[in-house]
Amino acid sequence: MGGYGDVQMLNEDGTRMDGRRPDELRKIEIEAGVVPVADGSARIQWGTNMAIAAVYGPMEAHPRKISRQDRAVLDVRYNMAPFSVTDRIRPGFNRRSREIGKVTANALESVVQLELYPRSKIRVEIEIMCAEAGTRCVGLTAASVALADAGIPMTDMVVSVASGKVNGVVVLDLNKEEDNYGDADLPMGILPNSGELVFLQMDGNLSPDDFQEAWDYNMGAAKEIHEIMVAALAARYGGDA
Amino acid sequence: MSDSGDVGRLVIPGDSLGEIGERRAGHGVLRRNGELIATRLGHLKEQGGELSVHPVHTAYTPRPGDLIVGYVEGMRSNIWFIDIGGPFNAILPMSLAAGKVDFGATREYMDVGSTVLCRVQEVDENHGAVVTMKGMGLRKLNSGFVDTLPSHLLSRVVGVDGRMLKSIKEASDCRMVVGQNGRIWIEGDASGTRLARSALSVIREAGHRPDIESRVRGILEQ
Repeated sequence: MGGYGDVQMLNEDGTRMDGRRPDELRKIEIEAGVVPVADGSARIQWGTNMAIAAVYGPMEAHPRKISRQDRAVLDVRYNMAPFSVTDRIRPGFNRRSREIGKVTANALESVVQLELYPRSKIRVEIEIMCAEAGTRCVGLTAASVALADAGIPMTDMVVSVASGKVNGVVVLDLNKEEDNYGDADLPMGILPNSGELVFLQMDGNLSPDDFQEAWDYNMGAAKEIHEIMVAALAARYGGDA
Repeated sequence: MSDSGDVGRLVIPGDSLGEIGERRAGHGVLRRNGELIATRLGHLKEQGGELSVHPVHTAYTPRPGDLIVGYVEGMRSNIWFIDIGGPFNAILPMSLAAGKVDFGATREYMDVGSTVLCRVQEVDENHGAVVTMKGMGLRKLNSGFVDTLPSHLLSRVVGVDGRMLKSIKEASDCRMVVGQNGRIWIEGDASGTRLARSALSVIREAGHRPDIESRVRGILEQ
Protein backbone atom coordinates (compact mmCIF):
# COMPACT_ATOMS: atom_id res chain seq x y z
CA MET A 1 0.00 0.00 0.00
CA GLY A 2 2.48 2.53 -1.21
CA GLY A 3 0.03 5.33 -1.68
CA TYR A 4 0.59 5.63 -5.42
CA GLY A 5 -3.13 5.66 -6.05
CA ASP A 6 -2.87 7.04 -9.57
CA VAL A 7 -0.76 4.17 -10.95
CA GLN A 8 -2.99 2.49 -13.52
CA MET A 9 -2.91 -1.28 -12.98
CA LEU A 10 -6.06 -2.38 -14.75
CA ASN A 11 -6.51 -2.67 -18.49
CA GLU A 12 -9.48 -1.14 -20.25
CA ASP A 13 -11.16 -4.54 -20.59
CA GLY A 14 -11.00 -5.00 -16.80
CA THR A 15 -8.09 -7.47 -16.84
CA ARG A 16 -5.00 -6.93 -14.72
CA MET A 17 -1.39 -6.18 -15.74
CA ASP A 18 -0.53 -9.89 -15.77
CA GLY A 19 -3.64 -10.71 -17.84
CA ARG A 20 -5.69 -12.20 -15.01
CA ARG A 21 -9.34 -11.46 -14.34
CA PRO A 22 -10.06 -9.73 -10.99
CA ASP A 23 -11.25 -13.02 -9.48
CA GLU A 24 -8.43 -15.17 -10.84
CA LEU A 25 -5.62 -16.78 -8.83
CA ARG A 26 -2.03 -17.01 -9.95
CA LYS A 27 -0.90 -20.49 -10.99
CA ILE A 28 -0.31 -22.68 -7.92
CA GLU A 29 1.71 -25.88 -7.75
CA ILE A 30 2.29 -27.84 -4.54
CA GLU A 31 4.54 -30.81 -3.97
CA ALA A 32 4.63 -32.69 -0.66
CA GLY A 33 7.62 -34.53 0.82
CA VAL A 34 10.45 -32.50 -0.72
CA VAL A 35 12.77 -32.49 2.33
CA PRO A 36 13.74 -36.11 3.00
CA VAL A 37 15.20 -35.49 6.46
CA ALA A 38 12.10 -33.68 7.73
CA ASP A 39 9.09 -35.48 9.20
CA GLY A 40 6.91 -33.62 6.73
CA SER A 41 7.53 -31.00 4.08
CA ALA A 42 6.04 -29.18 1.12
CA ARG A 43 7.19 -26.97 -1.71
CA ILE A 44 4.80 -24.42 -3.11
CA GLN A 45 5.09 -22.40 -6.28
CA TRP A 46 2.50 -19.65 -6.29
CA GLY A 47 2.96 -17.39 -9.29
CA THR A 48 6.58 -16.33 -8.92
CA ASN A 49 6.55 -16.97 -5.16
CA MET A 50 8.35 -20.09 -4.05
CA ALA A 51 8.47 -21.43 -0.51
CA ILE A 52 9.51 -24.60 1.26
CA ALA A 53 8.00 -25.62 4.59
CA ALA A 54 9.44 -28.39 6.75
CA VAL A 55 8.00 -29.88 9.94
CA TYR A 56 10.00 -31.65 12.63
CA GLY A 57 8.50 -33.41 15.62
CA PRO A 58 6.66 -33.76 17.86
CA MET A 59 9.88 -33.78 19.83
CA GLU A 60 11.14 -33.06 23.33
CA ALA A 61 10.70 -29.32 23.96
CA HIS A 62 14.00 -27.52 24.37
CA PRO A 63 14.66 -25.30 26.22
CA ARG A 64 12.52 -26.90 28.93
CA LYS A 65 11.07 -23.56 30.02
CA ILE A 66 9.03 -23.28 26.79
CA SER A 67 7.25 -26.60 27.35
CA ARG A 68 3.62 -26.65 28.48
CA GLN A 69 2.26 -29.35 30.78
CA ASP A 70 -1.05 -29.67 28.96
CA ARG A 71 -0.12 -29.34 25.30
CA ALA A 72 2.61 -29.14 22.72
CA VAL A 73 4.10 -25.83 21.62
CA LEU A 74 4.20 -24.88 17.97
CA ASP A 75 7.48 -23.22 17.10
CA VAL A 76 7.06 -21.50 13.73
CA ARG A 77 9.96 -19.80 12.04
CA TYR A 78 9.33 -17.76 8.89
CA ASN A 79 12.37 -16.62 7.00
CA MET A 80 13.03 -14.98 3.66
CA ALA A 81 16.22 -16.11 1.94
CA PRO A 82 18.62 -13.21 1.28
CA PHE A 83 18.26 -13.83 -2.47
CA SER A 84 14.45 -14.03 -2.43
CA VAL A 85 13.99 -10.38 -3.40
CA THR A 86 15.86 -7.96 -5.62
CA ASP A 87 17.17 -5.95 -2.64
CA ARG A 88 19.24 -8.41 -0.60
CA ILE A 89 17.64 -9.17 2.77
CA ARG A 90 19.99 -9.33 5.72
CA PRO A 91 19.97 -12.94 6.96
CA GLY A 92 18.34 -13.66 10.31
CA PHE A 93 15.23 -12.58 12.15
CA ASN A 94 13.71 -9.17 11.77
CA ARG A 95 10.55 -7.52 13.04
CA ARG A 96 8.51 -8.61 10.01
CA SER A 97 9.61 -12.25 10.06
CA ARG A 98 8.86 -12.52 13.79
CA GLU A 99 5.39 -11.06 13.23
CA ILE A 100 4.62 -13.45 10.38
CA GLY A 101 5.98 -16.42 12.35
CA LYS A 102 3.72 -15.44 15.23
CA VAL A 103 0.52 -14.99 13.19
CA THR A 104 1.24 -18.23 11.29
CA ALA A 105 1.66 -20.10 14.60
CA ASN A 106 -1.60 -18.61 15.89
CA ALA A 107 -3.45 -19.72 12.75
CA LEU A 108 -2.03 -23.25 12.87
CA GLU A 109 -2.69 -23.60 16.62
CA SER A 110 -6.40 -23.35 15.81
CA VAL A 111 -6.30 -26.66 13.94
CA VAL A 112 -3.37 -28.70 15.27
CA GLN A 113 -4.43 -31.03 18.12
CA LEU A 114 -1.66 -29.87 20.42
CA GLU A 115 -3.27 -31.43 23.49
CA LEU A 116 -2.27 -34.89 22.22
CA TYR A 117 1.43 -34.18 22.79
CA PRO A 118 1.82 -32.44 26.17
CA ARG A 119 5.31 -31.15 27.04
CA SER A 120 6.57 -31.52 23.49
CA LYS A 121 7.36 -29.23 20.59
CA ILE A 122 6.46 -29.20 16.90
CA ARG A 123 8.89 -27.18 14.82
CA VAL A 124 7.69 -25.60 11.58
CA GLU A 125 10.26 -23.96 9.32
CA ILE A 126 9.09 -21.79 6.43
CA GLU A 127 11.72 -20.61 4.00
CA ILE A 128 10.74 -18.17 1.28
CA MET A 129 13.01 -18.80 -1.70
CA CYS A 130 11.45 -16.29 -4.08
CA ALA A 131 9.08 -13.51 -3.04
CA GLU A 132 6.51 -11.68 -5.10
CA ALA A 133 3.70 -10.49 -2.78
CA GLY A 134 1.59 -12.67 -0.52
CA THR A 135 4.42 -14.69 1.05
CA ARG A 136 2.64 -15.00 4.42
CA CYS A 137 -0.26 -16.72 2.64
CA VAL A 138 2.12 -18.90 0.64
CA GLY A 139 4.06 -19.86 3.79
CA LEU A 140 0.95 -20.66 5.82
CA THR A 141 -0.52 -22.82 3.03
CA ALA A 142 2.78 -24.70 2.60
CA ALA A 143 3.08 -25.20 6.37
CA SER A 144 -0.40 -26.70 6.47
CA VAL A 145 0.51 -29.28 3.79
CA ALA A 146 3.81 -30.04 5.54
CA LEU A 147 2.00 -30.62 8.87
CA ALA A 148 -0.41 -33.04 7.22
CA ASP A 149 2.53 -34.77 5.52
CA ALA A 150 4.23 -35.13 8.92
CA GLY A 151 1.16 -36.95 10.25
CA ILE A 152 0.36 -34.25 12.79
CA PRO A 153 -3.31 -34.56 13.85
CA MET A 154 -5.33 -31.56 12.71
CA THR A 155 -9.03 -30.81 12.69
CA ASP A 156 -8.75 -29.18 9.25
CA MET A 157 -6.22 -27.83 6.79
CA VAL A 158 -5.52 -24.09 6.71
CA VAL A 159 -5.72 -22.34 3.37
CA SER A 160 -4.46 -18.80 3.15
CA VAL A 161 -5.12 -16.31 0.38
CA ALA A 162 -5.34 -12.55 0.02
CA SER A 163 -7.56 -10.15 -1.86
CA GLY A 164 -7.12 -6.42 -2.20
CA LYS A 165 -8.20 -3.29 -3.94
CA VAL A 166 -6.52 -1.83 -6.99
CA ASN A 167 -7.67 1.34 -8.77
CA GLY A 168 -10.98 1.09 -6.92
CA VAL A 169 -11.60 -2.52 -7.98
CA VAL A 170 -11.44 -5.52 -5.63
CA VAL A 171 -9.07 -8.17 -6.99
CA LEU A 172 -8.01 -11.61 -5.81
CA ASP A 173 -4.41 -12.67 -5.08
CA LEU A 174 -2.41 -9.47 -5.52
CA ASN A 175 0.85 -9.54 -7.45
CA LYS A 176 3.86 -7.42 -6.53
CA GLU A 177 2.80 -4.20 -8.27
CA GLU A 178 -0.77 -4.48 -6.99
CA ASP A 179 0.54 -5.11 -3.47
CA ASN A 180 2.97 -2.20 -3.58
CA TYR A 181 0.78 0.41 -5.27
CA GLY A 182 -2.75 -0.85 -4.54
CA ASP A 183 -5.25 0.63 -2.08
CA ALA A 184 -5.74 -2.32 0.31
CA ASP A 185 -4.72 -5.89 1.09
CA LEU A 186 -6.76 -8.48 3.02
CA PRO A 187 -4.93 -11.77 3.72
CA MET A 188 -7.06 -14.46 5.36
CA GLY A 189 -6.51 -17.97 6.75
CA ILE A 190 -9.54 -20.15 6.08
CA LEU A 191 -10.56 -23.66 7.12
CA PRO A 192 -11.95 -24.97 3.83
CA ASN A 193 -14.23 -27.66 5.24
CA SER A 194 -15.94 -25.61 7.93
CA GLY A 195 -15.49 -22.15 6.37
CA GLU A 196 -14.11 -20.83 9.68
CA LEU A 197 -11.56 -18.05 9.79
CA VAL A 198 -8.28 -18.49 11.72
CA PHE A 199 -6.28 -15.55 10.45
CA LEU A 200 -7.15 -12.11 9.14
CA GLN A 201 -5.08 -9.00 8.61
CA MET A 202 -5.88 -5.84 6.71
CA ASP A 203 -3.65 -3.20 5.28
CA GLY A 204 -5.20 -0.06 3.74
CA ASN A 205 -8.85 0.92 3.63
CA LEU A 206 -11.83 -1.08 2.37
CA SER A 207 -15.47 -0.02 2.46
CA PRO A 208 -17.92 -2.57 3.96
CA ASP A 209 -19.03 -3.57 0.44
CA ASP A 210 -15.46 -3.94 -0.79
CA PHE A 211 -14.60 -5.93 2.33
CA GLN A 212 -17.50 -8.29 1.64
CA GLU A 213 -16.40 -8.71 -1.97
CA ALA A 214 -12.79 -9.42 -0.94
CA TRP A 215 -14.10 -11.86 1.68
CA ASP A 216 -16.17 -13.70 -0.93
CA TYR A 217 -13.20 -13.86 -3.33
CA ASN A 218 -11.00 -15.36 -0.59
CA MET A 219 -13.64 -17.88 0.47
CA GLY A 220 -14.13 -19.03 -3.12
CA ALA A 221 -10.39 -19.24 -3.80
CA ALA A 222 -9.81 -21.24 -0.59
CA LYS A 223 -11.80 -24.16 -2.01
CA GLU A 224 -9.78 -24.03 -5.23
CA ILE A 225 -6.45 -24.01 -3.35
CA HIS A 226 -7.65 -26.76 -1.00
CA GLU A 227 -8.17 -29.04 -4.01
CA ILE A 228 -4.56 -28.42 -5.09
CA MET A 229 -3.35 -29.23 -1.53
CA VAL A 230 -5.35 -32.46 -1.49
CA ALA A 231 -4.02 -33.43 -4.93
CA ALA A 232 -0.42 -32.83 -3.75
CA LEU A 233 -0.87 -35.14 -0.75
CA ALA A 234 -2.67 -37.75 -2.85
CA ALA A 235 0.15 -37.67 -5.42
CA ARG A 236 2.72 -38.32 -2.71
CA TYR A 237 0.87 -41.20 -1.11
CA GLY A 238 -0.56 -42.77 -4.24
CA GLY A 239 -4.19 -42.27 -3.39
CA ASP A 240 -7.08 -40.37 -4.88
CA ALA A 241 -8.34 -38.40 -1.91
CA MET B 1 -18.90 -40.58 2.38
CA SER B 2 -20.85 -42.66 4.77
CA ASP B 3 -20.62 -46.28 3.74
CA SER B 4 -17.83 -48.77 4.22
CA GLY B 5 -17.17 -48.78 0.45
CA ASP B 6 -14.76 -45.91 1.11
CA VAL B 7 -12.61 -47.97 3.44
CA GLY B 8 -8.99 -47.86 2.31
CA ARG B 9 -9.42 -44.43 0.74
CA LEU B 10 -6.79 -41.77 1.44
CA VAL B 11 -8.24 -39.08 3.69
CA ILE B 12 -6.70 -35.79 4.76
CA PRO B 13 -7.28 -33.74 7.93
CA GLY B 14 -10.70 -32.10 7.89
CA ASP B 15 -12.29 -34.57 5.46
CA SER B 16 -15.89 -35.36 6.32
CA LEU B 17 -16.47 -39.09 6.82
CA GLY B 18 -20.24 -38.75 6.85
CA GLU B 19 -22.92 -38.85 9.53
CA ILE B 20 -22.02 -40.56 12.78
CA GLY B 21 -24.97 -42.95 12.67
CA GLU B 22 -24.13 -46.20 14.43
CA ARG B 23 -20.39 -45.76 14.00
CA ARG B 24 -17.81 -44.85 16.63
CA ALA B 25 -14.86 -42.49 16.20
CA GLY B 26 -11.54 -44.31 16.47
CA HIS B 27 -7.93 -43.22 16.09
CA GLY B 28 -7.54 -40.19 13.83
CA VAL B 29 -11.27 -39.47 13.74
CA LEU B 30 -13.20 -36.71 15.51
CA ARG B 31 -16.93 -36.16 16.14
CA ARG B 32 -18.08 -32.68 15.19
CA ASN B 33 -21.63 -31.41 14.64
CA GLY B 34 -23.04 -34.89 14.11
CA GLU B 35 -20.34 -35.78 11.61
CA LEU B 36 -17.16 -37.80 11.72
CA ILE B 37 -14.07 -35.83 10.65
CA ALA B 38 -10.62 -37.22 9.75
CA THR B 39 -7.82 -35.60 11.73
CA ARG B 40 -4.89 -37.36 10.12
CA LEU B 41 -3.52 -38.06 6.69
CA GLY B 42 -3.98 -41.76 6.09
CA HIS B 43 -6.14 -44.59 4.89
CA LEU B 44 -9.60 -45.15 6.26
CA LYS B 45 -10.32 -48.31 8.26
CA GLU B 46 -13.56 -49.66 9.68
CA GLN B 47 -13.57 -52.43 12.22
CA GLY B 48 -16.41 -53.48 14.49
CA GLY B 49 -18.34 -50.28 13.82
CA GLU B 50 -15.33 -48.11 14.63
CA LEU B 51 -14.02 -45.81 11.94
CA SER B 52 -10.33 -44.94 12.19
CA VAL B 53 -7.50 -43.59 10.07
CA HIS B 54 -4.38 -45.65 9.55
CA PRO B 55 -1.85 -42.79 9.26
CA VAL B 56 0.72 -42.75 6.46
CA HIS B 57 3.15 -40.99 8.77
CA THR B 58 3.19 -40.82 12.53
CA ALA B 59 5.52 -40.07 15.42
CA TYR B 60 6.66 -43.07 17.44
CA THR B 61 4.63 -43.53 20.61
CA PRO B 62 6.30 -45.86 23.09
CA ARG B 63 4.40 -48.85 24.44
CA PRO B 64 5.56 -51.20 27.18
CA GLY B 65 7.48 -54.12 25.73
CA ASP B 66 8.70 -52.32 22.58
CA LEU B 67 12.23 -53.21 21.52
CA ILE B 68 13.90 -49.96 20.52
CA VAL B 69 17.25 -48.46 19.56
CA GLY B 70 17.98 -45.32 21.57
CA TYR B 71 20.72 -42.74 21.83
CA VAL B 72 22.04 -41.41 25.12
CA GLU B 73 21.24 -37.71 25.21
CA GLY B 74 22.30 -36.87 28.73
CA MET B 75 22.78 -38.29 32.18
CA ARG B 76 22.69 -37.59 35.90
CA SER B 77 24.42 -39.50 38.67
CA ASN B 78 21.97 -42.40 38.52
CA ILE B 79 19.99 -42.17 35.26
CA TRP B 80 20.50 -41.68 31.53
CA PHE B 81 18.16 -39.72 29.29
CA ILE B 82 17.52 -41.71 26.14
CA ASP B 83 16.37 -40.24 22.83
CA ILE B 84 13.90 -42.87 21.62
CA GLY B 85 12.84 -40.99 18.48
CA GLY B 86 9.44 -40.04 19.89
CA PRO B 87 7.94 -36.82 21.19
CA PHE B 88 9.48 -37.43 24.62
CA ASN B 89 12.79 -38.72 25.91
CA ALA B 90 12.85 -41.84 28.07
CA ILE B 91 14.87 -42.47 31.19
CA LEU B 92 17.12 -45.43 31.83
CA PRO B 93 17.79 -45.79 35.58
CA MET B 94 21.17 -47.04 36.68
CA SER B 95 19.46 -50.06 38.22
CA LEU B 96 18.11 -51.13 34.82
CA ALA B 97 21.46 -50.96 32.97
CA ALA B 98 22.89 -54.17 31.53
CA GLY B 99 25.65 -54.51 34.16
CA LYS B 100 26.51 -53.07 37.53
CA VAL B 101 27.00 -49.32 37.49
CA ASP B 102 28.22 -47.33 40.47
CA PHE B 103 26.37 -44.21 41.57
CA GLY B 104 28.00 -41.23 39.83
CA ALA B 105 29.72 -43.39 37.23
CA THR B 106 27.01 -43.30 34.56
CA ARG B 107 29.21 -41.37 32.13
CA GLU B 108 31.94 -43.98 32.35
CA TYR B 109 29.47 -46.68 31.38
CA MET B 110 27.65 -44.83 28.58
CA ASP B 111 28.38 -41.29 27.40
CA VAL B 112 26.32 -38.89 25.30
CA GLY B 113 25.90 -40.34 21.78
CA SER B 114 26.11 -44.00 22.85
CA THR B 115 23.65 -46.29 21.12
CA VAL B 116 21.62 -48.75 23.18
CA LEU B 117 19.34 -51.60 22.35
CA CYS B 118 16.71 -51.52 25.05
CA ARG B 119 13.11 -52.31 25.80
CA VAL B 120 10.33 -49.98 27.01
CA GLN B 121 9.47 -51.04 30.54
CA GLU B 122 6.65 -48.66 31.36
CA VAL B 123 4.92 -45.55 30.06
CA ASP B 124 3.04 -43.29 32.46
CA GLU B 125 -0.01 -41.13 31.80
CA ASN B 126 2.23 -38.13 31.06
CA HIS B 127 3.99 -40.04 28.27
CA GLY B 128 7.10 -40.45 30.43
CA ALA B 129 8.80 -43.71 29.46
CA VAL B 130 11.25 -45.89 31.36
CA VAL B 131 13.48 -48.20 29.35
CA THR B 132 15.46 -51.20 30.51
CA MET B 133 18.56 -53.02 29.38
CA LYS B 134 17.78 -56.05 31.54
CA GLY B 135 16.81 -58.80 29.14
CA MET B 136 18.19 -61.16 26.57
CA GLY B 137 20.20 -59.41 23.85
CA LEU B 138 19.72 -55.91 25.29
CA ARG B 139 23.05 -54.09 25.28
CA LYS B 140 25.10 -51.10 24.34
CA LEU B 141 25.71 -51.20 20.58
CA ASN B 142 29.39 -50.64 19.89
CA SER B 143 29.53 -51.68 16.25
CA GLY B 144 27.35 -51.67 13.14
CA PHE B 145 25.18 -48.95 11.67
CA VAL B 146 21.79 -47.53 12.57
CA ASP B 147 19.43 -46.59 9.75
CA THR B 148 16.07 -44.98 10.30
CA LEU B 149 12.68 -45.57 8.78
CA PRO B 150 9.32 -43.99 9.64
CA SER B 151 7.81 -46.23 12.30
CA HIS B 152 4.62 -46.79 10.27
CA LEU B 153 6.69 -48.58 7.60
CA LEU B 154 8.20 -51.15 9.97
CA SER B 155 5.59 -53.74 9.14
CA ARG B 156 6.82 -53.51 5.54
CA VAL B 157 10.42 -54.22 6.62
CA VAL B 158 9.38 -57.23 8.63
CA GLY B 159 6.83 -58.47 6.07
CA VAL B 160 4.35 -61.29 6.51
CA ASP B 161 5.72 -63.77 9.11
CA GLY B 162 9.06 -61.94 9.00
CA ARG B 163 9.73 -63.07 5.43
CA MET B 164 10.90 -59.68 4.12
CA LEU B 165 13.36 -59.14 6.98
CA LYS B 166 14.66 -62.68 6.58
CA SER B 167 15.28 -62.20 2.86
CA ILE B 168 17.12 -58.88 3.46
CA LYS B 169 19.28 -60.53 6.13
CA GLU B 170 20.09 -63.51 3.91
CA ALA B 171 20.85 -61.45 0.80
CA SER B 172 23.05 -58.98 2.66
CA ASP B 173 24.57 -61.45 5.13
CA CYS B 174 24.03 -58.87 7.90
CA ARG B 175 22.72 -59.03 11.43
CA MET B 176 19.73 -56.75 11.77
CA VAL B 177 17.56 -55.66 14.67
CA VAL B 178 14.39 -53.73 13.90
CA GLY B 179 13.55 -51.29 16.67
CA GLN B 180 9.86 -50.44 17.05
CA ASN B 181 10.85 -46.76 17.04
CA GLY B 182 11.95 -46.93 13.41
CA ARG B 183 15.67 -47.37 14.05
CA ILE B 184 17.22 -50.42 12.47
CA TRP B 185 20.61 -51.72 13.56
CA ILE B 186 22.64 -53.35 10.79
CA GLU B 187 25.95 -55.11 11.27
CA GLY B 188 27.90 -56.75 8.48
CA ASP B 189 30.59 -56.04 5.90
CA ALA B 190 30.49 -52.86 3.81
CA SER B 191 28.83 -54.36 0.71
CA GLY B 192 26.23 -56.21 2.81
CA THR B 193 25.41 -53.09 4.81
CA ARG B 194 25.09 -51.14 1.57
CA LEU B 195 22.67 -53.71 0.14
CA ALA B 196 20.57 -53.77 3.30
CA ARG B 197 20.46 -49.99 3.35
CA SER B 198 19.40 -49.80 -0.29
CA ALA B 199 16.54 -52.23 0.45
CA LEU B 200 15.50 -50.00 3.38
CA SER B 201 15.76 -46.96 1.17
CA VAL B 202 13.30 -48.52 -1.31
CA ILE B 203 10.89 -49.21 1.55
CA ARG B 204 11.30 -45.63 2.77
CA GLU B 205 10.44 -44.21 -0.65
CA ALA B 206 7.71 -46.62 -1.74
CA GLY B 207 6.66 -48.45 1.42
CA HIS B 208 3.05 -47.38 0.97
CA ARG B 209 2.79 -48.93 -2.51
CA PRO B 210 1.27 -52.40 -2.91
CA ASP B 211 4.15 -53.68 -5.10
CA ILE B 212 6.81 -52.98 -2.47
CA GLU B 213 7.76 -56.65 -2.00
CA SER B 214 8.63 -57.12 -5.66
CA ARG B 215 10.58 -53.83 -5.68
CA VAL B 216 12.71 -54.91 -2.70
CA ARG B 217 13.18 -58.36 -4.19
CA GLY B 218 14.43 -56.67 -7.38
CA ILE B 219 17.08 -54.74 -5.37
CA LEU B 220 18.17 -57.86 -3.48
CA GLU B 221 18.49 -59.94 -6.65
CA GLN B 222 20.60 -57.37 -8.52
